[in-house]
Amino acid sequence: MSTQVLTYIAVGLSFALYIGIAIWSRAGSTKEFYVAGGGVHPVANGMATAADWMSAASFISMAGIIAFAGYDGSVYLMGWTGGYVLLALLLAPYLRKFGQYTVPDFIGERYYSRTARVVAVVCLIAISFTYIAGQMRGVGVVFSHFLDVPINIGVMVGMAVVFFYAVLGGMKGITYTQVAQYCVLIFAYMTPAVFISMLVTGIPVPQLGLGAEVLDGSGQTVLQKLDTTLVDLGFTPYTQASKSMTDIFAITFALMVGTAGLPHVIVRFFTVPRVTDARVSAGYALFFIALLYTTAPAVGAFARINFIETVNGSTYAAPEEQGGTPQFFKTFEDIGLIRWVDKNADGVVQYSAGRPFDGPAEFNGKRGPSGERLLTNLPTSNSNEVDVDRDIMVLANPEIAKLPGWVIALVAAGGIAAALSTAAGLLLVISTSISHDLLKKTFRPNISDRNELHAARGAAIIAILVAGYLGINPPGFVAQVVALAFGLAAASLFPAILMGIFVKRMNREGAIAGMVAGLLFTVGYIAYFKSSWFDAVNTADHWLFGISPEGIGSVGMLINFAVAFLVATRTADTPDAIKDLVDDIRIPTGAGVAHRH
Amino acid sequence: MPDKDDKEVYHHAGDNLPVHDQHDEETLSEERVRAYWRANVRLLTRLLAVWFAVSFGAGIVFVEPLNSFTLGGFPLGFWFAQQGAIYVFMVLIFVYAYQMRKIEHHFGVDDDAEDEGGTV
Repeated sequence: MSTQVLTYIAVGLSFALYIGIAIWSRAGSTKEFYVAGGGVHPVANGMATAADWMSAASFISMAGIIAFAGYDGSVYLMGWTGGYVLLALLLAPYLRKFGQYTVPDFIGERYYSRTARVVAVVCLIAISFTYIAGQMRGVGVVFSHFLDVPINIGVMVGMAVVFFYAVLGGMKGITYTQVAQYCVLIFAYMTPAVFISMLVTGIPVPQLGLGAEVLDGSGQTVLQKLDTTLVDLGFTPYTQASKSMTDIFAITFALMVGTAGLPHVIVRFFTVPRVTDARVSAGYALFFIALLYTTAPAVGAFARINFIETVNGSTYAAPEEQGGTPQFFKTFEDIGLIRWVDKNADGVVQYSAGRPFDGPAEFNGKRGPSGERLLTNLPTSNSNEVDVDRDIMVLANPEIAKLPGWVIALVAAGGIAAALSTAAGLLLVISTSISHDLLKKTFRPNISDRNELHAARGAAIIAILVAGYLGINPPGFVAQVVALAFGLAAASLFPAILMGIFVKRMNREGAIAGMVAGLLFTVGYIAYFKSSWFDAVNTADHWLFGISPEGIGSVGMLINFAVAFLVATRTADTPDAIKDLVDDIRIPTGAGVAHRH
Repeated sequence: MPDKDDKEVYHHAGDNLPVHDQHDEETLSEERVRAYWRANVRLLTRLLAVWFAVSFGAGIVFVEPLNSFTLGGFPLGFWFAQQGAIYVFMVLIFVYAYQMRKIEHHFGVDDDAEDEGGTV
């Protein structure tokens, strides 16, 4: 059977599984729709959280980013896992005890204010839509690469599947589909990783293979080999930083705090039965996430070695068996993710540091003497001839390592599982915040449970349509504003929730002022450097304290805290009833009773 | 004020401490709740110190000096940044969950309400 037929079968089977689960676990009440009835086992919730958390970016892009960034890629590894420690120790147990349905719920009640609730809803929607557009796009990219259908059709198929189980099943449907999706995606990620680790080092555990010796008789370890090879080609050594320490520190911090403040992750901890379960469940979630996150740097390193060895110095027009350029290079060139400019016209691919040409790549539709796609861009004066899209590493890995067709089919199903599970989780928090926080708690308090459930489903439908639209017509800035989602969460929601639990003195005025200040500062800074409106130069010399837009959320968080405390000490003390509420949140006793309301 | 006494009574979760004898009271006494909260904050402060040390310390600030040591073929600082910190994070969460069970049980504020039989 051809790889494409296998891929159709793998993706089709996984869709049938998700839809089957959705029908089996339909939500009958708002409580089931919002928090799966509050009865999810901590291990199941851990898996669901892991699938919820690991998006198309984690599955497809992360290993590629690390492959090309080396040590600098550590910010994502530490940042996207360290946040779970903050979540488990500082937020999840107390929010579970609080026992409501949404993050704005907590902020609205704790700060006794509709304004605070609405500010939280605005943050939540901004964060979630930024994120979801990328997921829908991810589904489209996987479809177009593996199944040869246009990206837009892929996005629409993805929308249809998510529509089915998110709208029908709500949180209950999502939880159990996410458990299945986690299994699919982790199996799909680990299988090629094990093969490639065997191929490069002879050790089947990628986490250990990364430190092992390469099987080429050189006696060098993987990392030594990468360091020397990259230095020869003019790059920074793989294990050394090229960003400043301040910036690495700030980005890691912003990603950690942002992770802990992401609404679609937080709400997962509302679904477990007890406060204790919320803590343990965060541990399981991190365990399931760490399986992929400790494998990714190994996959990245192996892929970089393989890429350099097979591509650099190969003759483009020659057959692959005789030292010619490998087929995957041409496949990805055909879909525009690899570009080659034969600067010295020798027909041999030369790869080294630096951009091969100026500006974003533009193909002119013609083929060169070796059969390569020609570009309109002006070549640069350095000797590098290759421009690679980092995202291809995981997708191309099975092909680079010449793995069988079923592994490729598996990777396709895994990539789609990762994108769909995250999209569904995001859709749910968006629809919940509209039906519950805006409708029920702000504008129509008398709405019946039944109508609220209808409204939640309606909101989910609208959210899917908007997400699909963004996936098909991605606004130019989407790829650049992932930083925005984390920065916003770090600068707005995280401090407000943290102070709500740990600082009784924090009052309505302080919390709102803090959120607004953190939000405006962070959005302003990112927009200033990342959008085209200000003509700002986005380089280290121009950044505040040398902190890039990716890391500015940590400064936004500090501003939030500072403003909040300043305002709180100058305004009326927190009411006694709210202080009692905080006392109640702090002790686990009675969480079971609370959720039966 | 009961404050001072609590500090003496509670040293470490799991030490031989008096069992919660106020279990059958109608509501949780304020001092017990406060002592519980202090124990919690002390525990999580210590764990967060480790969290900070392995990631921002070993993985970022001291990565260069640590890289002169190797561990299983990895420069040590690089290992912390791409593998070690993540393993430690996992352990921290499970340690916290386990220790908190003990602390909650000790102060009688756990949420196994059914098992306790009381209004606690």
